[in-house]
Amino acid sequence: MNAYMPYILCMILFSIGIYAILSKRNIIKIILGVVIAEYAVNLMLVLVAYKVGGRSAIFSETQVILPESMVDPLPHALVLTSIVIGLATTAFLIALAIRLYGKYGTFDITRMRELRG
Amino acid sequence: MSKEHDPGMTVIVKTVTRLTVGLILLYGIYIILHGHLTPGGGFAGGVIIALAFINLDLAFGGSVSARIFSKASTGVVEALGAVMFLTLALLGMKYGGFFDNFLYNDGNPGQLVSAGIIPLENIAISLKVGAGLFGIFLTLIILQKFESEKK
Amino acid sequence: MIELYVLLGLMIAGAVIAIEVKNLLSAVVAVGIIGLALSIIFLLLKAPDVALTQIVVEIVAVILLIRATLHREIAQKSYGTRPFGAFMGILFLGLAVVAAIVTFNDLSPFGAPLMTISEFYPLNAVTGTGAINVVSSIILDYRAYDTLGEATVLFTAVIGVLAVMRSPGKKNEEDLQENHE
Repeated sequence: MNAYMPYILCMILFSIGIYAILSKRNIIKIILGVVIAEYAVNLMLVLVAYKVGGRSAIFSETQVILPESMVDPLPHALVLTSIVIGLATTAFLIALAIRLYGKYGTFDITRMRELRG
Repeated sequence: MSKEHDPGMTVIVKTVTRLTVGLILLYGIYIILHGHLTPGGGFAGGVIIALAFINLDLAFGGSVSARIFSKASTGVVEALGAVMFLTLALLGMKYGGFFDNFLYNDGNPGQLVSAGIIPLENIAISLKVGAGLFGIFLTLIILQKFESEKK
Repeated sequence: MIELYVLLGLMIAGAVIAIEVKNLLSAVVAVGIIGLALSIIFLLLKAPDVALTQIVVEIVAVILLIRATLHREIAQKSYGTRPFGAFMGILFLGLAVVAAIVTFNDLSPFGAPLMTISEFYPLNAVTGTGAINVVSSIILDYRAYDTLGEATVLFTAVIGVLAVMRSPGKKNEEDLQENHE
């Protein structure tokens, strides 16, 4: 059980983010939920890549580093792009929220539904 | 510009920003150019350069960085980064395939000038990411100023 | 690895604070705590590239969120929860966590990754591309298509922000913007 404990904590973090998306009425809280869930996914990928006693995936000119002693570099590359995409989508969500605030004068999504028309 | 309508933060923040913004830019450029040797690369370096301009904007109030780098020029720089990245990718077609590393010739790994087209691609990515994020930031700020003028 | 568990606990506490606190500014600051703890975790997990990117991206995200929420005094309150959504959320997320715990037993345990595919990259990165940073050689040489797709998504997001934030098409506001620019 102990070998999977970081994965389980990471899943709990993801669940908190999704819970915020499902249950909150304030649109900023929903954006924060998206951000938290995104962090949890990135963390999960890097957790899967970790090797006990491994080194980071950078060779050196002056000392000999065995390729077998490195952590898995492939999820790091995937997460690197995923982080920047996450920031771009967060900025897009913020722009939508500002626009909705300008139209309805509130961040409450239930009021937005009532005011439609 | 009178004292009451002076946008931005206090004189302490302005002085510290004036001293550090060049260092932040330099650090971003270092991160980009050493992307194939040390941790970092185009993504992190581009965001750091965007942060230097954001720092100017936040400390001095919206209009300072627009003198250096307007909203239209962010679009131009971002497109320049994209075109540079795609040009490098397409030039590889001549030598073997899309994204072929055509400048690489087994030479001196670990030096600053090595690894073929990877440093050039890092520069292209950093232009794209930095200009894109700074464009987003400028857009949000410009609209905010606009709303407060309406009230 | 006790520090990993401490930081994970800090992240979970920060997440609970971020979604339950009334003041929106406090919530955004709590998300900043989560992001910085995440950056330290990336360092502990031997991913310095990801940690550097995460810490700068986190700063930009917090700045954008604060600028979006802080100056609107009316918005400085939380509107509470939707009871139906909260109930269904707790129910199904509980089920999802149980299912995930069962599924994690099929993964390779923490600290012993399966490297059947990706052991190629550390073995061949230096001779194949000349870059001693293996992550850099992956994102810009072996898997540059990913980076191209990322650039496309970023471009689309920037276009989307510019289109959404464009001023509405009323006559007065257009004139005002032209004078302003």
